[in-house]
Amino acid sequence: MHSCLLAALGGVLIGAAAVLLMAALGRVAGISGIASGLIRRRVADRGWRLAFVFGLVLAPALLWLLHGDSGIGAPQVGWSWMALAGLLVGFGTGIGNGCTSGHGVCGIARLSPRSLLATAVFMLSGIATVYVVRHLLGGL
Amino acid sequence: MKALLALLSGLLFGVGLSLGGMTRPAVVLGFLDVFGQWDPRLLFVMAGAVSTTAIGYRLVLRRRQPWLAASYQLPTSRRFDARLVGGAAVFGIGWGIAGYCPGPALASLGAADPSLLVLVACMIVGWWLASRVPAARS
Repeated sequence: MHSCLLAALGGVLIGAAAVLLMAALGRVAGISGIASGLIRRRVADRGWRLAFVFGLVLAPALLWLLHGDSGIGAPQVGWSWMALAGLLVGFGTGIGNGCTSGHGVCGIARLSPRSLLATAVFMLSGIATVYVVRHLLGGL
Repeated sequence: MKALLALLSGLLFGVGLSLGGMTRPAVVLGFLDVFGQWDPRLLFVMAGAVSTTAIGYRLVLRRRQPWLAASYQLPTSRRFDARLVGGAAVFGIGWGIAGYCPGPALASLGAADPSLLVLVACMIVGWWLASRVPAARS
């Protein structure tokens, strides 16, 4: 299948997952919100959060069993850059209340002005970062 | 039952990410590299996900309450503030460095790549640090 069609199909499945979570639990499928909720103190609703993250981690294994390819690709930068990236992604999504899924998918689907703004900002910031890294610094 | 449906949703989400190429950081970085060899796949993933969610939410939110909870928990804030913009900007820098946002980072844990474990551990530290920053006064 053409890779863009497969990507759109992947997107539809992500959307279906978000709709299911809203229909069943009344929750937005924002990964940073769901997962970071696990480290907060006094959270009574850890069960569904853990189950969701467990499903997320299990999914590539399921694909691997079904057709021999988990879809997991290799990291593109060294571990010190991975560490810095993780810190920035965690802190940024924590402060900004959402990531690509919460703002970019669920928020935009609801036409939330905050999510539209956040998505524009992290897209532009990501594009600028890759421009600096690849075209000014010549790679990491 | 709640946990079972959350597990199913997480599974679907992860399969979608993986099929869409989002668990390959090279594909994500290729999308962000608009001045180089641009990879459009992330745009197709977003289009499929946003349109499905928009239609599905419309149908679901007509119902009085979710199947397994008392009410829908939708974000209500409408403030444009420094936290939102600054947080998104910082997130974008991290995303552009390694090509991982939180979903694909967690979904890739199964491969047990040591540097990915480092990224996820640091992401959790980042969430903890963010939770220590006091909310802006209104």
